[in-house]
Order: sequence, then C-alpha cells, then structure tokens
Amino acid sequence: MNEVERYENQLTPGWGKLMMWIFLCSDAMSFAGLLAAYGAVRLGSSDWPNPAQILDVPLTAINTFILICSSVTMVKALSAIKHGNKSGMLLWLAGTILGGATFLGVQAYEWTHLIHEGLTIQGNPFGVSSLFGATFYILTGFHGCHVLSGVIYLLCIFIKGARGGYTAGHNSPVEIAGLYWHFVDLIWILVFTFVYLIV
Amino acid sequence: MPVSSPTDDHAEPNYWMVWLALAVLTVIELVIARVPNAKAFVIVSLCALALAKAALVALYFMHLKFEKSALILIVLSPLLLSAIMYIGLVPDATTHIHWLP
Repeated sequence: MNEVERYENQLTPGWGKLMMWIFLCSDAMSFAGLLAAYGAVRLGSSDWPNPAQILDVPLTAINTFILICSSVTMVKALSAIKHGNKSGMLLWLAGTILGGATFLGVQAYEWTHLIHEGLTIQGNPFGVSSLFGATFYILTGFHGCHVLSGVIYLLCIFIKGARGGYTAGHNSPVEIAGLYWHFVDLIWILVFTFVYLIV
Repeated sequence: MPVSSPTDDHAEPNYWMVWLALAVLTVIELVIARVPNAKAFVIVSLCALALAKAALVALYFMHLKFEKSALILIVLSPLLLSAIMYIGLVPDATTHIHWLP
C-alpha cells in the first residue's frame, strides 16, 4: 500500500464520501444559522402566532412521513445494489424519487394555498408578526431547494444505474447520494418540529 | 486498488424497524403538540423527540453508527458550533426586542 492509499483509508473508502460528509457539515451550519435566526426572531416577538392556526399541520405531517418513507427506500436501493440486485436498486430509487417529488408537490400546494390567503414574505392579514411569513418561506424554501436538488441528483443516479453504471463492487455513488438524501430528511425532521409543531 | 469500507463490515440494520420508530415518534409528536396548558413540557418533549428522530436517521440510515470514530467526531462538530451559536443568541433573543415589521 502506497502513501496515498494509506491516507485515503484513514476515514472513508475514497474521497467522495468524505467530501459529501464535509459538505453536509457546512450545509448543517447553514440550516443551524437559519434556525437560530428563526428562534431569535420568534423569542423576541410578542405577537408570534400558534403555527397550527395558520399552517396545515396534518398535511405537513403526512408530507414528513412521505419523506421518512423515501429515506427507507433509499437505504433499500443501496442495500439492493450491494447485493448485486440492479433491478431492485432501480425500483427502490424510483420510489425515492417519487417520494421526493410528492413532497415537493405537497409543499407547492401548501405554499399556493398560503399565498392565496395572504401570507407573504413581507406580511400577512392575520394580525401577527410579519416575520412569521418571512421565516416560514425562507426555511421551508431553502429546504425545498435541497429536496429539488436531491430529486435531480437521484434522477442522475437512476439514469446511470439503468445504464449499468453500478455493481455490487462499485456502488459508492449510490451511497453518497443516499447520504445527501438522508440529510435532507434529517433537516426536515427539525424544521417540521420547530416551524410547525412548537407553539 | 479496492478498499474496504468500515460500513461494509457490519450487519445491515433492520431499516423497517427504524422506519417504524420514526413513524411512531412522529405520531407521538403530533399528540404532544396538542397537549394544552403545558408549554414547557411540550417544547422540551418536541425538541427531544426531534433530536431522537434525527439521531435515528444519522445513525442507521446514514450509517454513522458504523463509521470510524474520527469521522463521527468531524460530523458532530457542527452540533458543537451550533450549540455555541444558540447560547450566544439567547441574551439577544430573550430581551424581547421589538423587531421592525
């Protein structure tokens, strides 16, 4: 084993996975900053509403469940290709992509409904803090951009997988894409709790 | 030269059990969010449940539980930095500044 190979073996098998983890660390700090700003604005506001009175919590709970399900399909896709099951990987990947697309569709429906009701990034007709809309759209929008990126990312993985790009011995791109997708799920778990559930 | 992954050396977790746990915890969250007149209990419980769910995703779906300890430490560093940031913001946030509309 030469010096480079020994160095590569210290943390992960190859640079791709390590780089994804480091990217996710920096992305986690981005979300931490947004959530911290949300918390500071909310704690400093005397007229913050009960989110359940404005937002559709049951619908978003279902959407949360859909995203959790898409995480399971993602790990099953990785498991399938690790066992050399290409068609299984494609099936589970398709389920993951469908879950992500459904999440985006429900979020688009929710946003459309709220905008029609008058909740915008600048204000609202509910007589509550105008920053409620701003923080809501920025947090859920930033996360939604991640989901959209993830769906496109997974589509690329799916296409390459369909062309036989991955095997039982070469599947790290699927694992790396999975890391990103699970991170998106993890962040949504926090956003759902802080933005939708906490009164 | 192919290199072995630390994550390849462990038995595959029961992903359906993790999925079930996440689903049950989400239902518990929804129930707790509706508990009246117990704001502190609701907030603390919901935060704890959210962190538990996030930990399940990181440990089992992202396979962090099976990674090398050095990588786990690197990955956990944002948590420490976030905690410092949140603690630093508390004095400002709790002074009830009248934010501009």
